[in-house]
Amino acid sequence: MAKPMHPTPNLDQLESGPWPSFVTGLKRLAKDKDYVVDVLGHLEHSYQTRKGYWKGGTVGVRGYGGGVIPRFTEIKDASGNPVFKDAAEFHTIRIMPPPGMHYDTDTLRKFCDIWETHGSGLIAFHGQSGDIMFQGCTTENVQKAWDEINQMGFDMGGAGPAVRTSMSCVGAARCEQSCYDEAQAHQKVINTFLDDIHRPALPYKFKFKFSGCGNDCMNAIQRADMAVIGTWRDNMKTDDAMGKAWFAKHGMNELVNDVIGMCPTRALQIKDVKDVSKEAHISTVALNDAQCLEIDNKDCVRCMHCINVMTGAMGPGKDKGATILIGGKSHLKIGATMGTVVVPFMSLKKDEDYDQLTELAQTCIDFFAENALEHERTGEMIERIGLVNFLEGIGLDIDANMVNSPRMNPYVRTDGWDEEVAKINAKKAAA
Amino acid sequence: MNQPQLRKPVEHFLDNKKYLHPKLVANYGNWKYHDRPRPGVLHHVSNTGDQVWSVRAGTQRQMDVFTIRKLCDIADQFAEGRVRFTIRSNIEYMVSDEAKVAPLIAELEKNGFPVGGTGNSVSMVAHTQGWLHCDIPGTDASGVVKAMMDELYEEFKTEEMPNRVRLSTSCCEINCGGQADIAVIIQHTKPPKINHDLVANVCERPTVVARCPVAAIRPALVNGKPSLEVDEKKCICCGACYPPCPPMQINDAEHSKLAIWVGGKNSNARSKPTFHKLVASGLPNNAPRWPEVNAVVKKILMAYKADARPWERMADWIDRIGWPRFFEKADLPFTKYMIDDWRGSRYNLNASAHVRF
Ligand code: HEM
Ligand code: SF4
Ligand code: SF4
Ligand code: SF4
Ligand code: SF4
Repeated sequence: MAKPMHPTPNLDQLESGPWPSFVTGLKRLAKDKDYVVDVLGHLEHSYQTRKGYWKGGTVGVRGYGGGVIPRFTEIKDASGNPVFKDAAEFHTIRIMPPPGMHYDTDTLRKFCDIWETHGSGLIAFHGQSGDIMFQGCTTENVQKAWDEINQMGFDMGGAGPAVRTSMSCVGAARCEQSCYDEAQAHQKVINTFLDDIHRPALPYKFKFKFSGCGNDCMNAIQRADMAVIGTWRDNMKTDDAMGKAWFAKHGMNELVNDVIGMCPTRALQIKDVKDVSKEAHISTVALNDAQCLEIDNKDCVRCMHCINVMTGAMGPGKDKGATILIGGKSHLKIGATMGTVVVPFMSLKKDEDYDQLTELAQTCIDFFAENALEHERTGEMIERIGLVNFLEGIGLDIDANMVNSPRMNPYVRTDGWDEEVAKINAKKAAA
Repeated sequence: MNQPQLRKPVEHFLDNKKYLHPKLVANYGNWKYHDRPRPGVLHHVSNTGDQVWSVRAGTQRQMDVFTIRKLCDIADQFAEGRVRFTIRSNIEYMVSDEAKVAPLIAELEKNGFPVGGTGNSVSMVAHTQGWLHCDIPGTDASGVVKAMMDELYEEFKTEEMPNRVRLSTSCCEINCGGQADIAVIIQHTKPPKINHDLVANVCERPTVVARCPVAAIRPALVNGKPSLEVDEKKCICCGACYPPCPPMQINDAEHSKLAIWVGGKNSNARSKPTFHKLVASGLPNNAPRWPEVNAVVKKILMAYKADARPWERMADWIDRIGWPRFFEKADLPFTKYMIDDWRGSRYNLNASAHVRF
């Protein structure tokens, strides 16, 4: 039995209503733990005054320079003592989740036992960066909890100016849209950068995210310094029986309004079977015995829309891999930036292909470490130095897939034009 | 006394194979298609004809060990002891036998976990730390989300939106919650209040000066002590100076407001990915249930639900109907603060005679 609860009139109001309540969960923990009684008191004080009261500090584990988020209370009485003394320290341990965030119950139960013993008993699945967040631990217990979690095979996530914890979509494990082995890519890349995760020494944070197709379930393009988004190069795969079944169920209006009309590049047309183009880059899905949907794979940008609507009837082709985009980030400091294409297609089929991915990641991180200003994200660095300088720095060829359009102003020196053209022609001839 | 044992950390990022449901291992990379027999259930079929049903349920994300153990009991009973979490903190149970789907759903709902969040539903809010744990928050996170999901409970459990709806909340302008169809984000309206007694000791002044996006901060001597001062005319109240310099308090019970942004989309489906756009601000930080914020979110959602065509995400819908009609349909004022004046802002102006009437 723990000490009596503080009155929590505000938090109590978050126990009503149908959605699962974290307050109810905290109160259940508070039955056994003075710690959580004071955490509730602390949070209620924030609700009453509409202010936060945690400050940072330095807490870590042996051997690592990051991964623990220290929190010390700032609610003090007149003589400087914590008002909620049992919750004076409330640190979080960030732990990297397995690719795709799969677990067995044995693992989850062990997490619970460890955190019930050493921490508050509150675990968040997951933080926005992907970490399992073990929330609420005293300075003294951080090492103990960490030792037990690490012995289960789990490793610490990133914090500060470091490579951060990454996420990969469910992908190949349970999704027909998957264009590469997201888990393998995730695991290989992260294992390449463990030192940069655990010992923050970069100009600023660097995030990877892995999505198996353009649906980008991991929101890589807006959040990752390096986004790996699955795609394919050959023709879309199609299945006539499933096409006919879809059409029989949904009919012409839905086909026209929801599929053909929404293709961003007008790559889809309805054709009579006899009129279908015979060119190699055309594929078709039957709608009935007389008509089919014709896909011009040269026009298709692999946006995934038609495949999402007609799942099974159409799907990614066989020559699979990923598009790699660099520079996504949130607002600070220049405003939010999307990742932009630096590799239109990297084949990801054989094991060696994945080594190529980690090599590119390493080159990017090295360039970032050397060239970014302090507290500058990769996207900001590229904005400052220009994409061409970045590409030359990391040894990638330019490609017209990298732009929405060529430049619209004449403010550029072009006295190297002839050499550039000669280089491009030489490359073409060699290919 | 025993010396604590010096253990070297095991530095390794683990494989996920042992955590995968057996059907997912057997059909890894070999799935053919999926459908949704009912809201909250995905049915995947592999090229070999194997099938798996995934049942998705909402959680509170910050979970106590009793809740997690309950979720584990359910997994052991119905799902061969395996679960996974989605990016929005929903839990998924994979089952190999269709007959187990209905009893699994019943068990989840009996224990208070709503089944849904698939397809054209409003899924769980991507959210952050808030007052519970962050050191810079202007508002709470879990509480805002609880209040919001209570209101949107039916929309989570059904698939009646034109397309999927993704929400996020963020308790400072850093926006950890991320881009979303509808994002609720703190918007400070007053410059930081500086405690000059503490600046010299706590803050690395050049770092703080460099952090300001509009160069409004400069070093100054205040009462004979080295401190910082803010050009309040220039300051855009972004709060970026607060994390590196806590004596520059940006949070204010009265003047830290909530803003609403719409039309963020990370998927490449149809249109290219988009960032969300400001459509409302000045909403009070009204804990514990933020009714004013929820009212605006619902108003926008209901306008979208009533008017968007099938498969149009929020951004696609607005692309079709145009911003004037968005503000009309959502019943929100279009103010001068929505006309961008940050870098690259001319790209956001209407450089055409395209006007809808
Ligand atoms: C002292 C300061 C900071 C703390 C304590 C902090 C903490 C966190 C935490 C705990 C998360 C995960 C949130 C969750 O899921 O609950 C997160 C994510 C995030 N943080 Fe920070 N953060 C800080 C500063 C910053 C700064 C300065 C930036 C921006 C430049 C930033 C940008 C982000 C972003 C964009 C995410 C989302 C990550 C993703 O989507 O992958 N944070 N932060
Ligand atoms: S990103 Fe694509 S492959 Fe990955 S889970 Fe989403 S739809 Fe499937
Ligand atoms: S995947 Fe290709 S064909 Fe299908 S809608 Fe997108 S661009 Fe068009
Ligand atoms: S949004 Fe801001 S206040 Fe909220 S958790 Fe992220 S950094 Fe902290
Ligand atoms: S709040 Fe933002 S704009 Fe104002 S001084 Fe601080 S960093 Fe500069």
